[in-house]
Amino acid sequence: MSNNLQTFTKGFIKENPILVLLLGCCPTLATTTSAINGMSMGLATTFVLIMSNLVISLLKSFIPDKVRIPCFIVVIASFVTIVQLVMQAYVPDIYETLGLFIPLIVVNCIVLGRAEAFASKNPVWPSILDGAGMGLGFTFALTILGCIREFLGSGSIFGFGILPETANILVFILPPGAFICLGFVIAIVNQFKKESH
Amino acid sequence: MAKKKESTLINMLIALFVITAISGGLLGLVYGVTKDTIAEVDAKKNAQAIADVLGTDENSKLDTITIGDLFYNLAYDAQDNFLGAAVKTYSNAGFNGRIELMVGILADGTINAVSVLQQSETPGLGANMVNPKFKDQFNGKNPASYNLTVSKDGGDVDAITAATISSRAFTGAVRLACDGFEANKAKFMKGGNAQ
Repeated sequence: MSNNLQTFTKGFIKENPILVLLLGCCPTLATTTSAINGMSMGLATTFVLIMSNLVISLLKSFIPDKVRIPCFIVVIASFVTIVQLVMQAYVPDIYETLGLFIPLIVVNCIVLGRAEAFASKNPVWPSILDGAGMGLGFTFALTILGCIREFLGSGSIFGFGILPETANILVFILPPGAFICLGFVIAIVNQFKKESH
Repeated sequence: MAKKKESTLINMLIALFVITAISGGLLGLVYGVTKDTIAEVDAKKNAQAIADVLGTDENSKLDTITIGDLFYNLAYDAQDNFLGAAVKTYSNAGFNGRIELMVGILADGTINAVSVLQQSETPGLGANMVNPKFKDQFNGKNPASYNLTVSKDGGDVDAITAATISSRAFTGAVRLACDGFEANKAKFMKGGNAQ
């Protein structure tokens, strides 16, 4: 059981997909213009990760090695499309802001990476935990980045205004700000990890 | 762990076929379930945008017509007098792709209000076009006396700070709607007053 717990928690800091593994940086940099965007993207990806890990782990002995990548991608793409349709129907506002990036979850290397590196070699339950841990770690990193960028760039967090408009540093909303923030957050996490060793 | 299937042609074919077939079926199912809700949400949004920009109520009759690539929602009162049109217009000159607006134009050509249907401009910059501060400056303006060009280009529209491209695209879309409205005005009147 402690092994399972480790599988779940490693996604947060030790093997955080964004801050340590540096996987899936494209959606990270693009969608974290505000905290709510980052969080919704993270949660959508988490759902896809858990479901695809679950299904791929179930199917692993059925899928021949040579066609495993196409099979994984079909499974992942199906779940992404489900998320997209459901979001479009029930949370149209978030769907509108994320619209373009939802289909891109298909090519997010975290999802395929976990399918290939973990789910295709492990039983169902650890695979689900791995998906959940990785997904929540991803969500955590995206929310943090979104908060920082939204706070510095538009003076608010989750849409609640804190700073006056004159204090906004626009560059943090723009792509260069995403790289700067990500760099600093990674540096801080590395320092933290070094100290805890 | 169960033994992996060998990568023979027949095994690969079966695996791929089964997985894609199940995925396809599942997606069809989800699509069927969500289709109506999505259409409903879209229709509601559209109706809301028309009501917002024209200030019409449930007593007015609506008619739709497509001329060129603009979509006109025409509103008439109970006596079939032409009230105005909510024109669905667009611009591809945005900073981040297509912008779609609904522009409410009254019968005399005055802009009543503008509503943003779709935009993907930079948050904090161009995306501020949805804020009243920018879009409400068009309210009550008549293109006959109001130069629909951003002030940087010699017009009367105050651009969003640091987002001239988005402002230009927005203004261009409004201008497109007004021009289209002016050119086809006669058609709208006749349609409504044919008693």
